Amino acid sequence: MSEASGAVKSDAVNPLVLSWRQYRLERRMFWRNPSAAFFNFVLPLLFLAGAGAALSGNQHQLNRLVPMIAGMSVMSTTFTALAYNIVFLRERGVLKRIRGTPLPTTSYFGGVAANAVTNTALQIAIVVIAGRLFFGVGWPRHWEALIVFVLLGVVCFAALGVAFAHVIPNFESTAAYVNAVFLPVVAISFYVFDSSSAPGFVRTIAEALPLKPLIDGLSAAMVGGAGLGGHLDALAVIALWGAFGLYFAVRGFSWESARS
Amino acid sequence: MVTVGDPAIEVRALCKRYGDYEAVRGIDITVQRGEVFGLLGPNGAGKTTTVEILEGYRTRTSGEVSVLGHDPALRSIELRRRIGIVLQSGGIYSHITPREALRHWASFYSNPRDVEEVLELAGLREKADARSRTLSGGQLRRLDFALALVGDPELIFLDEPTTGFDPEARRAAWETVRSLRALGKTILLTTHYLEEAQALADRVAIVKDGRVLAIGPPQELMAHPPHHPSGAAHYRVAYRNDDGELIERDTDDPTTLLHELTSEALARGQRLQELSVGRPTLEDVYLELTAASSGDRDV
Repeated sequence: MSEASGAVKSDAVNPLVLSWRQYRLERRMFWRNPSAAFFNFVLPLLFLAGAGAALSGNQHQLNRLVPMIAGMSVMSTTFTALAYNIVFLRERGVLKRIRGTPLPTTSYFGGVAANAVTNTALQIAIVVIAGRLFFGVGWPRHWEALIVFVLLGVVCFAALGVAFAHVIPNFESTAAYVNAVFLPVVAISFYVFDSSSAPGFVRTIAEALPLKPLIDGLSAAMVGGAGLGGHLDALAVIALWGAFGLYFAVRGFSWESARS
Repeated sequence: MVTVGDPAIEVRALCKRYGDYEAVRGIDITVQRGEVFGLLGPNGAGKTTTVEILEGYRTRTSGEVSVLGHDPALRSIELRRRIGIVLQSGGIYSHITPREALRHWASFYSNPRDVEEVLELAGLREKADARSRTLSGGQLRRLDFALALVGDPELIFLDEPTTGFDPEARRAAWETVRSLRALGKTILLTTHYLEEAQALADRVAIVKDGRVLAIGPPQELMAHPPHHPSGAAHYRVAYRNDDGELIERDTDDPTTLLHELTSEALARGQRLQELSVGRPTLEDVYLELTAASSGDRDV
C-alpha cells in the first residue's frame, strides 16, 4: 500500500537478536534430526567405549586415547557436520531462499557457528566426563588451555568445513568427499600421535595438518603437560589452517546449486 | 525516498551474458505500483535470469535496473525487507513445521504479518504443525507463498508459482494473487501458462531469446496482435468443410467474410458445421510471435 512505501519499514531488527533466533532454530532442528544427533554424539562415544574396553587396564594408553577421541569429536561436529549441512541446504535451495530475505549473512552464520560451538562443547564435556568416570583419566589440568584449543579448533574446522562444501558438487557425493578427507586425516593424526616410531615424512605431514596439533594441545590440557605456552607452535598451525579455511569459506561460498 | 507515483520496477536495456551466451539481450520493462505484470515465454527465454537480476541474486552485464528505487545488485537489506520472493524451486528445512518456519521468517521483519493469518491465507492451517518433510509438493508450494508474504512485502516476485499444480490448486493460487493485488501489492509473475497470464496479469511481456517481443494488456495483445501488419483488430472465423476438415480464416472484417461464406454455403444448400467467430487467444498471439521469431534464427 502507498503508506507502506515510505520510511515506515526502515527500522532494522537487531542482527544479534536474529543470530540468537537462528541459533535457537538450529538447536531445535539438530535435536529433531536423529542421524545428526547420532553422528555427533553416539559415534565418538562408541569409539571411546570400544577402544577404551580394548585398552582397559593400561592407563598410559587410556590417557592418550581420550584426547584423540576429543580431537576427532571437534572435527566431526564441525568439519563433517557443516560440510554435510551446507551442501544439503545449498542443493535443496534453502540457502538461496534465506539469501532473498532481510536476514543478514553475518546473523545467519553467527547462529550456525554458535550451533557448532554448542555441539562441540557438549561433545567435549561428554568425553571428559566419560574419561573421568570410566577410564580413570583425571579432570583436565589446564582448563584455560582446553577452552582455547577447543575454540580455536572449532573455528578452524568449521571454516574448513564450509570451504570444503564448495568443492562438493552435489549432495549424493557428500559422504564420499567428506570421508576422503576425514578418515585419512584422523588415521594419520592418530597414528603419529600414538606411535613414536612413525616415519619422518609421515610425522611431518601429520604435524602440518590441523588435527594432530589439536590433539597435542588437548592432551596437554586434559591429562597433563605444558599449558598454553608450551604449545604455541600447535596453536600457530591450527590458526593458519583456520585463516586458510575462513578465506575460502567466504570467498568461494555459493548460495545455490550449480545446476540452476 | 521513493514517491508513490514512481514505478515499482524499471528496467532499461538490460543485458546478461554468461561467457559467450547472451541470456538477456536488451530488455525494457516498467512495472507500475499495484500492477500484476506477467513475463511470458518459453523455457530459456531469459525470464528467470531477468527476475533473478531484479531480486538481487545475479548481477547484470549492462543496463539500468531500479526496484522500489534501489539498485538490486547492491543487495541492501532495506530493499529485501520490502520484497517477497517465491523462487522456482526453493527448499525449506525438513525438520521444522510451517508454523515454526513462518515464525522464524517473520522475525526478520519489523512489521510482519500475523503468522496465523498467513497460514490461513496460504491454506496451510491443517498442516501448520506437520514437519515440512511430510508435506506434499502442492503444500510446499503454498508454504513458499506463505514465507514470501509473511514480511508483508510491497513487491512480490512469483517465478512460475503454479508449475505442477492441479487445476484446483491453481485456481486457489490465483485467488491468492488476486487478493494480494486487491491489497495494492505489486506482483511480477513469470509463467509459461498463457491461461495464467491471461487470468492474472494487468500487462504481459512476451519474452523470447532474451528480448521482449510484445508488451501490453492481454486483451490488447489479443485484439491488436503485434505481428499483424496493420495492427488492426483481427478475428478468426472457423468452420468444418464438407470433408469435415477444420478451416480457419483470419480477417479484419468478419461481417463480410461471414456473409460470403454463409451465402455460398446456402446457395449450395449446405450448412457450415461448427461455425464460430473468435478473437485470437493470448495463446495464438504467443505461438505466432514465438514461431515467427525462431523463423529467422537457427534454434
